[in-house]
Amino acid sequence: MPLMGVTESIVQFDAVRKRYGEGPLVLDGINLTVAPGDFISLIGPSGCGKSTVLKLVAGLNPTTEGRLAVLGTTPKGARGRQAFIFQDATLLPWLTSAGNTELPLRLRGAATATRRAKASEMLTLVGLDKVAGYYPRQLSGGMKMRVSIARALTLEPQLLLLDEPFGALDEMTRNRLNEELLTIRERSRFTAMFVTHSVSEAVFLSNRILVMTAYPGRFHAEVRVEFPYPRHADLRERADFQAKVNEVSRLLHEVEGPRK
Amino acid sequence: MKKTPPVLAWTLPVVSGVLFVALWYAVRSWSGLQSWILPTPGEIVEAAWREHDRLLRAAGNTMVGALAGFVLAGALGFATAMLLGVSRAFRAGLYPWLLVLQMTPVIVLTPIIVLWAGPGLPGIITVTWLISFFPIVANMTQGLLSTDMNHVALFRMANASRLQEMLLLRVPSAMPYYLAGLRIAATLAPIGAIFGEYMVGNSAGGSGGLGFLVYSYNTQIKIPALFATALTSCLLGFIFVAAVSLLNWAVLHKWHDSYERDDH
Repeated sequence: MPLMGVTESIVQFDAVRKRYGEGPLVLDGINLTVAPGDFISLIGPSGCGKSTVLKLVAGLNPTTEGRLAVLGTTPKGARGRQAFIFQDATLLPWLTSAGNTELPLRLRGAATATRRAKASEMLTLVGLDKVAGYYPRQLSGGMKMRVSIARALTLEPQLLLLDEPFGALDEMTRNRLNEELLTIRERSRFTAMFVTHSVSEAVFLSNRILVMTAYPGRFHAEVRVEFPYPRHADLRERADFQAKVNEVSRLLHEVEGPRK
Repeated sequence: MKKTPPVLAWTLPVVSGVLFVALWYAVRSWSGLQSWILPTPGEIVEAAWREHDRLLRAAGNTMVGALAGFVLAGALGFATAMLLGVSRAFRAGLYPWLLVLQMTPVIVLTPIIVLWAGPGLPGIITVTWLISFFPIVANMTQGLLSTDMNHVALFRMANASRLQEMLLLRVPSAMPYYLAGLRIAATLAPIGAIFGEYMVGNSAGGSGGLGFLVYSYNTQIKIPALFATALTSCLLGFIFVAAVSLLNWAVLHKWHDSYERDDH
């Protein structure tokens, strides 16, 4: 991350509230500054609005009250410099892996040769250059998610929004993809906001974890995770990693209350 | 979906067909009905052979009307659905009238169509178009409105224009629906053409098709030939459905789940 004279925040929430239509408050009193290079995980019970936070940043839903700046402009103004990764891979089934990966460039009107080259570069990055010509239905869940990541990175976004991207995968695949995501970040240098239900995933990936409460969604606590990047698989076996997982789990129990 | 084993897929229809023909002969001989009321399958085949020249020429003529009406319905159906898919106002303003058009029996409209379009090919094509248009519009419109919301969000995030969203997202994801509409239309188009020919058949313009043969054989009480005409119409319908199935395969087999194979 190049150092700038002024530390510009990537995302800035000021007293943001959100309700859908006439419904109850989904988010209340959201204040957050995302700094360049942050990897922030949002974790909390169902209904705490963590996905809504991402959708506000993406400009997919408007805020109800408060101020939200993304990359120095409005959420919609920042489109093209931020990318969204959904829980399911949302690949277009009629396009091949390469076709899906080059889609954002195609929508921008890039020349065919340019986008072919970029797509193959991105697929190589996620280790899928061999299946460039495969259609999504021929890929496993993990491979589809890799293509989805490759597609999101095609435009070299400064900010990557990930909404439980690995939630539907088995634990081994999830761990592998966590490691790969960090490896890719060493190269691509994006700032990330990541929604997850998995505490160990959040600890492994992030430098900051925000624990949220529900009805309405608020930030309950922030946990700093100081392990230096690059992080590797063996981090998960360390006692201080486990201690961090326990700390976040305790906070999560606090907000979830006694189990029904 | 579980597939029928290939051996059974071929043998079962043959077995049921043979049983049906046997039953037919049995009914004929037990009931003592005359050939001109219930001809045997043998007599029908005989009539078909005797009349094969007329039947084939008529089938060819019907094919022209059916195909023209079907292609017209396919193209206009696609365009109309695009219009309905783009704008809520068009949907609200046009769809009820399309329903009204669909619910008006074609038999009532046919004399009017003949009056307007003339008794020949134009009238037949119009009847065919009318009968096969609606399923295409209804299916394609449904398809355009069923686009995955996450896919739409993806396009919006990438700053895609409305035109790009329509052409690169909504239309391709509606293709399975459009083809389902075409498949229904393919079964209707030959019926529409034959019906059109039947209605205008006694005038000079409609004299070439299977619908005219129905009219003509019926007035001459050539009942085995009438059955042979039905058989020919079936074959025509089969060709239509087979052609659309082929189109369906060509468009969808690479990516659509309905062509999922077991090899991966």
